[in-house]
Amino acid sequence: MSLYEQLGGDAAVNAAVDIFYRKVLKDARISRFFQGVDMERQAAKQKAFLTMAFGGPNNYSGLDMRRGHAHLVAQGLDDSHFDAVVEHLGATLKELNVPDALIVQVAAIAETTRNDVLGK
Amino acid sequence: MAIIELEGKSYPCEENETVLDCLTRHGVQVPSSCRAGVCQSCMMRAEQGEIPKAAQVGLKPTRVTQGYFLACSCKPQDDLRIRFPDAEGLRMGARVVGKELLSHDIVAVRLVPDKPMDYRAGQFIRLFRDGGLSRCYSLASVPVLDEWLELHVRHVPGGQVSGWVHGDLSPGDSVQIADSSGHCFYVPDQQDRAMLLVGTGSGLAPLYGIVRDALHQGHWGPVWLYHGSHGSKGLYRVDELHELERQFANFHYVPCVSHEKPSNGMRQGMVLDVVAGDHESLDGWQAFLCGHPDMVTLGKTQLFLSGVSLSEIYADPFVAS
Repeated sequence: MSLYEQLGGDAAVNAAVDIFYRKVLKDARISRFFQGVDMERQAAKQKAFLTMAFGGPNNYSGLDMRRGHAHLVAQGLDDSHFDAVVEHLGATLKELNVPDALIVQVAAIAETTRNDVLGK
Repeated sequence: MAIIELEGKSYPCEENETVLDCLTRHGVQVPSSCRAGVCQSCMMRAEQGEIPKAAQVGLKPTRVTQGYFLACSCKPQDDLRIRFPDAEGLRMGARVVGKELLSHDIVAVRLVPDKPMDYRAGQFIRLFRDGGLSRCYSLASVPVLDEWLELHVRHVPGGQVSGWVHGDLSPGDSVQIADSSGHCFYVPDQQDRAMLLVGTGSGLAPLYGIVRDALHQGHWGPVWLYHGSHGSKGLYRVDELHELERQFANFHYVPCVSHEKPSNGMRQGMVLDVVAGDHESLDGWQAFLCGHPDMVTLGKTQLFLSGVSLSEIYADPFVAS
């Protein structure tokens, strides 16, 4: 069974998205990067991100990641902010009682996007 | 083989091909990103034809009922006529049958379209002035309750359309409108759910429609409507809304004034602050926000952080001009 299936697929993403994004918005270290963004579009983006991190279907390329975050890198997005997001991702899954072994795998997938997101 | 019709042209779709792949193959530009039915960038709308269920997974119920779908996950079995989601609706004529001053700077305009228009309370239509100038206005009317379309138009200083509406436009006049759109309306999928509606100024219009629509469709969960304005002269339909409170025990109407001492039954403060004071947690609620763009933007974040799910926040920012 794939990681995505073990986590519970689309239903797991739906359960996680509100919890995860609330943590992100409440975090003063990173909330400014999300200000002024339309919430409905943002909801879809967060779902897309979580689906990818959960090992689900996606066709994001490194180039998409670079393009999508370039304006944030220009505003100072760096490793500390990336770490904060990964931290919230882990905490969200813990809250949903996902086993640690799976959380490690999700974090590892998220980690693969670091250089593209940060434009390195 | 299904034929896809878009903007008057036909595109044959191969066996097992998605709408997105088919259009792209024919050189039609369609915005897309994840191509996996998640990011919703490639959302389109069907005007005719059967949409496979898989193409509507994850869309809000208000989108599903209007035939929206994701082009990247849509493998059509039958012919489809589709359009881009923000394509303008059909234009039609309408007659002005009423005009009523609601507050010092807002009038209600009642229109009867030349042919029956399918719409839902809370959606908006485009109103044209001669010469192609037009603005969007939300519908305060409810199809089953009102024989006309009702718009609430605020007089914007120097506004070319609102100035004309407040000035020259009179009952008996013929005008042009374009078909309804927007996804801010009531869907009776969970009638015990708590609903919160927050509006400022003429942003009350869609909420006035949605509230009456929901209550008359038998919604029995609590329904809270907050209407904010600088002063009491900006509040309107106050008597009607209090009357609705008497009629429906689950309906609560809270008029708020931010820059004036409140009188009879009003509350003082910015409308979002009053909401925050009344409801500590909004977990499981559905929320509608309409009015000043700053209030709508702030409100979305505030309500989300108070527990409203991202997928349960509906807003159509009121077009100010």
